[in-house]
Amino acid sequence: MIHEWRGFQEGKWQKTIDVQDFIQKNYTLYEGDDSFLEGPTEKTIKLWNKVLELMKEELKKGVLDIDTKTVSSITSHDAGYIDKDLEEIVGLQTDKPLKRAIMPYGGIRMVKKACEAYGYKIDPKVEEIFTKYRKTHNDGVFDAYTPEIRAARHAGIITGLPDAYGRGRIIGDYRRVALYGIDRLIEEKEKEKLELDYDEFDEATIRLREELTEQIKALNEMKEMALKYGYDISKPAKNAKEAVQWTYFAFLAAIKEQNGAAMSLGRVSTFLDIYIERDLKEGTLTEKQAQELMDHFVMKLRMVRFLRTPDYNELFSGDPVWVTESIGGVGVDGRPLVTKNSFRILNTLYNLGPAPEPNLTVLWSKNLPENFKRFCAKVSIDTSSIQYENDDLMRPIYNDDYSIACCVSAMKTGEQMQFFGARANLAKALLYAINGGVDERYKTQVAPKFNPITSEYLDYDEVMAAYDNMLEWLAKVYVKAMNIIHYMHDKYAYERSLMALHDRDIIRTMAFGIAGLSVAADSLSAIKYAKVKAIRDENGIAVDYEVEGDFPKFGNDDDRVDSIAVDIVERFMNKLKKHKTYRNSIPTLSVLTITSNVVYGKKTGATPDGRKAGEPFAPGANPMHGRDTKGAIASMNSVSKIPYDSSLDGISYTFTIVPNALGKDAEDKINNLVGLLDGYAFNAGHHININVLNRDMLLDAMEHPEKYPQLTIRVSGYAVNFNKLTREQQLEVISRTFHESM
Amino acid sequence: MVMGKIHSIETCGTVDGPGIRYVVFMQGCPLRCAYCHNPDTWDYSGGKEVSTDEIFNDAKRYIPYMKASGGGVTLTGGEPTLQPEFCEDLFKKLKASGIHTALDTSGYVNIDKVKELVKHTDLFLLDIKHIDDEGHKKLTGVSNKKTLGFAKYLSDEGKKMWIRHVIVPGITDDMEEIKKLADFVSSLKNVDRVEILPYHKMGVYKYEALGIPYSLKGINPPDTSKIEEIKEEFRKRDIKVV
Repeated sequence: MIHEWRGFQEGKWQKTIDVQDFIQKNYTLYEGDDSFLEGPTEKTIKLWNKVLELMKEELKKGVLDIDTKTVSSITSHDAGYIDKDLEEIVGLQTDKPLKRAIMPYGGIRMVKKACEAYGYKIDPKVEEIFTKYRKTHNDGVFDAYTPEIRAARHAGIITGLPDAYGRGRIIGDYRRVALYGIDRLIEEKEKEKLELDYDEFDEATIRLREELTEQIKALNEMKEMALKYGYDISKPAKNAKEAVQWTYFAFLAAIKEQNGAAMSLGRVSTFLDIYIERDLKEGTLTEKQAQELMDHFVMKLRMVRFLRTPDYNELFSGDPVWVTESIGGVGVDGRPLVTKNSFRILNTLYNLGPAPEPNLTVLWSKNLPENFKRFCAKVSIDTSSIQYENDDLMRPIYNDDYSIACCVSAMKTGEQMQFFGARANLAKALLYAINGGVDERYKTQVAPKFNPITSEYLDYDEVMAAYDNMLEWLAKVYVKAMNIIHYMHDKYAYERSLMALHDRDIIRTMAFGIAGLSVAADSLSAIKYAKVKAIRDENGIAVDYEVEGDFPKFGNDDDRVDSIAVDIVERFMNKLKKHKTYRNSIPTLSVLTITSNVVYGKKTGATPDGRKAGEPFAPGANPMHGRDTKGAIASMNSVSKIPYDSSLDGISYTFTIVPNALGKDAEDKINNLVGLLDGYAFNAGHHININVLNRDMLLDAMEHPEKYPQLTIRVSGYAVNFNKLTREQQLEVISRTFHESM
Repeated sequence: MVMGKIHSIETCGTVDGPGIRYVVFMQGCPLRCAYCHNPDTWDYSGGKEVSTDEIFNDAKRYIPYMKASGGGVTLTGGEPTLQPEFCEDLFKKLKASGIHTALDTSGYVNIDKVKELVKHTDLFLLDIKHIDDEGHKKLTGVSNKKTLGFAKYLSDEGKKMWIRHVIVPGITDDMEEIKKLADFVSSLKNVDRVEILPYHKMGVYKYEALGIPYSLKGINPPDTSKIEEIKEEFRKRDIKVV
């Protein structure tokens, strides 16, 4: 065995690129508790304070700085440091911390607008090149869009399409660089390319040959980039520090090249633990140093920045990157994939303070070690910075080395990628069904002219038939748009460095999405179980609705309406499946909005469920705020009815609670949160965000109730929906919750 | 199957008994506690009529959460023992399905009427509002004799109890009274914990909505230090207090 692999268990991972096999043969399961964890070192504190200073300044200015001249690439910038003497892990996207780079291959207009929004001007030369001489993804897409797609996009029935920026949601298997070194990876790619020689060259073969060549170039550039920092990554990492550094360099190449909507990290912590364990055994590393490595690594992940327009940031509340790291889970052989490093990466939330990035995602299974479950619950309660996804639901589909991209999209690491495609507004589609394809806000014909519904009181069967037609149309237009986008993205903004860390022959999914599920389901339920009167304007367009009587609402574990939600999801998925997709990708669906539910709501007129025009939707698969009357678990039961096999790209649910509503003392709180997660996993719920609110969040909830669905304040024998209180009462609750014990 | 009147359901109850609980708020209460945060459950003519089967079948949907957290079903209110047949029938069904049952009560009951119910109850959340009879009358409108008697009965029957006591400054926080209460509690067997609940104002808006005058206006929630002092009285007597 080569020196770098000393002490490792042999396996097929040596012969072929197979990180999963390496992990399974070499990792050390940890079932103990968190007592071994170390706090931040002197160096960590110093370094992190410097970063915090910079972040403070950045917050004031919007961006700290922009390099408006250099088109970003893997090797475009010189080495950059925060403080060279303090950094255990090095590497920045540009030559200065938090300085943003321009990445115009996705679209030059987006870059230009973003620069201008922050008071910068893009270098005229760069602008000239990317307008006159070099076509971008964005140009390509708009060359091929049909008038119908443009209209659908403009009206907001299909929104958030990645047609002006990087599509993201591709995860390179960054671990490969640490385990094999770049030279070995190039060797494999060369071999694959050589094999790709047939008597007949069709388009697919030619494209793949070109792509492989690009990938090899990217791998070479990664070496060059690392050399600027004084590291030779042509060979495998020989210790823990190098393993972290190599992995980070591979990720750095990706984020220097691609401004993707979500740039996720994959599943690295248990992999890295193997190196840490070896060093600990060899006596070359202490626990304190191991934690320091992880702290410094995470610090870098928190510093990832992209140049985006302010309206993009508004859509997603802040400056998100979705550096998602998947933690834990269980192997197909039944051994949990929990290591000490699963604890260490969560411990960064204490050592560096809570933060949304990296997006720490625990793959929850009923078979996770009890101590790890309890630690996760404790971290959730203290920091609200963990999301959970159901490993027991995903493992049978993706095996045990999958990662989560963005928020909820599972993919086999290094073997699978997705064509990301935002979402269709299914609540708006219902309004189109009622109005015969006329947009209720713009009053223009967006969908084909179907017969509008003209009766004063809406009839369920009639509406449902029209809705079905409308969804048929929507699916067709949506697939067309996605095919165009991903054809052009491959052509003009191909992710060379990310794809270099994939197998040659990969599974591709086309990830469609939906928004407004609970609004659509409640609207149909209102039409079916109550009486809904359409209020039409002078042109006969229904612009408002009056609901007479009560109706079952999604989020109360009531099958009458929950079955409508399930039907909508299955129906739309089946319609998407009918179409031909680019590169024979497999269509999938997500029920996820992140925070864009607010903007989608803004773009949608009044709906038959009594929701007023412009009112925010509920996020993801959440019930509409204030409509769930039986508490959070009833609403979780409703959500977990949505079948995962019809929405394989993920079903997102957000759970919000104040700390004291989880239980009386720390022990009760942990026990109850673990129970909540176990119960949800058992019921086949897919994803859950746990927000244990702090004071600031509660204050924010006063201003933006839509961001905190079903925020329940609970004391003994008493529960109240926070959003239903008056402002004065809300203030009262806040002062009580955080100043005195309940 | 027995019919009963309920106010509402909470499926994620975490503060009314152990674990995650399916909490049924029963409608109707004979007491009129000045600090009550659920005055909307007082009037027996209000609420919604449901059958024990309905509630039982609904509660069963939450078994995975109860199992995972050591939870169960809690009846609270209002005063559940006002509808003893309903409670008894429901608990019988739940027990037969292996579900933990808890009853939150003021103890203002005729023991003869609830003997069967007691048998099917795993845990009592017994709220002793005031240890002094006069104080109890003033605060709740009724004497505490039944409550204390019920506590003794449960103690003799070997029933598990959590004793609850709400602290209202100037009304239920007198240290001499607290000592008496602590002495009484330590005379009971099977008390697993005492819950000291600081008075809060979050129910005030309900009074406004219902047009009921609120008599504790101007009284503020107790200080944390006072709560600690009170808890200490129980700890001294080796009673678990939260």
